[in-house]
Amino acid sequence: MLDLGFGPDGFDARDVVTAVLVLVAALMCFAAGVGLLRFPDVLSRLHAATKPQILGLIAIVADVAVTNLSLGTITLALAIVFFQSLTAPASAHLVGRAAYRTDHFDRSILLTDEFASRSPETPSR
Amino acid sequence: MRARIASGLVPFLGLVLLWMLLWGEFSLINLIIGMVLALLVSAVFYLPAVRLSGRLNPWRALLFLVRLVWDIVVASLQIAWVAIGPRRHPLTNAIFAVTLRTRSDLVMTFTAEAVSLVPGSIVLDLDREEGILYLHAFNVLSLDDLPGLRREVLATERRLILAAGSLDDLQRLRDAESDGGTSGSSSASAASAAPAGGEGSAS
Repeated sequence: MLDLGFGPDGFDARDVVTAVLVLVAALMCFAAGVGLLRFPDVLSRLHAATKPQILGLIAIVADVAVTNLSLGTITLALAIVFFQSLTAPASAHLVGRAAYRTDHFDRSILLTDEFASRSPETPSR
Repeated sequence: MRARIASGLVPFLGLVLLWMLLWGEFSLINLIIGMVLALLVSAVFYLPAVRLSGRLNPWRALLFLVRLVWDIVVASLQIAWVAIGPRRHPLTNAIFAVTLRTRSDLVMTFTAEAVSLVPGSIVLDLDREEGILYLHAFNVLSLDDLPGLRREVLATERRLILAAGSLDDLQRLRDAESDGGTSGSSSASAASAAPAGGEGSAS
């Protein structure tokens, strides 16, 4: 008989949760990597570097919390997710700002640029 | 006065809580060490006090968090799909401005943070005096999509103000919604102002 590894008492719901969450996380991190390669310029790549990555991290951390269910892991998971979601936008912003100011981006794929046409003291290049 | 005490106490309690979260157990010894370290950290790494509004609506805050998690999931799936899926048209982006209604640094910061996590945008720069966020939006197919994107940013700000904004900000929000728009300082904000109240349509 085919052994699917469900253990003696059959099917464990937590294994299903683990499988789903780990797969989601892997897929998201993979997508972030592909996005980094495939997207055309720095500003587009930043989107790939922040968003799927966050969801991937949340999924992995949630899986760790579900499989070792205890107060310690849950609180630690919450802290990790909280700080990661505070710092990822901040770092993306810094990289984006630096890229914009040094012109390291592809202006031709922008439909509009309202930052360039803002009113005062623009350091013109 | 109450607000000033709270402004010092909340970061302190946050640090103590963080210490206990990192250890993963809520014991007396952790509490004491956490308090000592929190005092030390806030004395050594002095930062100007954050002005809190002194107001928190737990129900609205919960709504904000649930909506934020949902937005993160949607944003991640969208970008993952653009990254992996077939490309039918060349990728185009846009940089656009949104005039926020809040005058609070804290609300502005959290709006910027939240907006960077939700579909489509990263904060490129912001003008603190005017309260303008400059956002880079990903995969914008036509300029007609911009009003919708602005509406979503304003809806995020609205949820934050309703959750924890000051009374002053609440009043500003109501004023902006009742005249059907803020006093638009640029053509950009004028276009975004009219449907500012439409949170329900933002999904």
